[in-house]
Amino acid sequence: MKTKSLVSIDDLSTDEITKILKLAGDFEKNPVQDLLPGKVVATLFFEPSTRTRLSFESAVNKLGGRIIGFTDSSTSSVTKGETLYDTIRMVSSYADLIVMRHPIEGSARYASEVSVVPIINAGDGANQHPTQTLLDLYSIQKTQGTLDNLNICMVGDLKYGRTVHSLLMAMSRWNTTFNFVAPDELRMPDEYKLYLNNLGLRYHETSDLSEVITTADIVYMTRVQKERFSDPMEYEKVKNAYVLHKSMLSDSKPGMKILHPLPRVNEINTDVDNTNNAYYFTQALNGVYTRQAIICTLLGIK
Amino acid sequence: MKEPKQLSVSAIESGTVIDHIPASSLFKVIQILRLDNIPNQITFGTNLESKTDGKKAIIKIAGVFFEDEDINRIALVAPKAKLNIIRDYEVIEKKVVEVPDTIHGIAKCMNPKCITNFEKVPTRFRVTSKKPIALKCHYCEKITDQERLEII
Repeated sequence: MKTKSLVSIDDLSTDEITKILKLAGDFEKNPVQDLLPGKVVATLFFEPSTRTRLSFESAVNKLGGRIIGFTDSSTSSVTKGETLYDTIRMVSSYADLIVMRHPIEGSARYASEVSVVPIINAGDGANQHPTQTLLDLYSIQKTQGTLDNLNICMVGDLKYGRTVHSLLMAMSRWNTTFNFVAPDELRMPDEYKLYLNNLGLRYHETSDLSEVITTADIVYMTRVQKERFSDPMEYEKVKNAYVLHKSMLSDSKPGMKILHPLPRVNEINTDVDNTNNAYYFTQALNGVYTRQAIICTLLGIK
Repeated sequence: MKEPKQLSVSAIESGTVIDHIPASSLFKVIQILRLDNIPNQITFGTNLESKTDGKKAIIKIAGVFFEDEDINRIALVAPKAKLNIIRDYEVIEKKVVEVPDTIHGIAKCMNPKCITNFEKVPTRFRVTSKKPIALKCHYCEKITDQERLEII
């Protein structure tokens, strides 16, 4: 028998996603619950990610569990040349659940095959980060009251953005209309558009944000990084085209919410922060409830 | 003067003949089927003229009959291979190889950041397209296509 792990959002059925989101809602109402007494959760961060790690550790603490682990591989035996196989074999005998972040793609899937306890993938290189996707889904459902028949506008780096790809795959389980707003060099890869075509879902591509902002229920912003451009001049030309300002929100739907996986740099102007549309900081808080729900689900506690 | 009629690779009494292997893939086929580790009599010829495929290779293995599952493993390197099953010097069955739905080992994941290129993890792929070949890595979920296909 294989232990249930969460490596990719595709590991979950729609029914399982719905259950996790419902459970996350219970934790939002009642976040401190002593459900993990005597349980040890290992957080293995082979590369640093402070935000994700703190979110997981906050979730475990609110459930009364204990945490062991490392925050950076330079402080672990990995620097002595230990293989991932050995690290996971060893840690899975110390902990009841492992949360891992690793720069190598596929490392979490491999770990899930080696480990005797559940693995939660907290990011494996550019591949998957399913707990981010679940907290995005939770935030969308909470603000819109549903996941069905929504219009989602994705903005920024749609070529390399792991979070937008996972969110697209997840939201394609429902009847979603997508708008992709990106500079030419960072457009949504064809494989994802083909995927939507095959499902008969609608999408629209543009480089003009103001054109689609009025129809959106969710505007999902991502960072446009300078190093993604082969030509720095191209970056200079487009960098301000994908920045959201308060003035651009006047014709948006009243219930429209702006999400961002954070950290943001300048792609959302700070004058947006105090509008009713800004949701990115609450979204980050939702991550704690969602991770509480995921941990309890994998441990079979709820 | 009459040409002597003879086979480039002598006939076998019973066993399997694998024909239409691209000459460049002969040793990969030997490796994939682990023919270097069996005691049976094996004859092979390579750089033989083929009417359809340029230079081909042929392998004749006496006394061995492969399961489809095993023989299909060579589909990645010899997609046009044809099998003749021989008994008493007669061809009793002909088979073609088929690209399987999953590939274990054999191919290398083209993603330099994939775990299979860092640790001793046997590769695993789901075949997402058979012609041209496209393999989706079980680990990093990236696609390795025909052009970038490398046999381990």
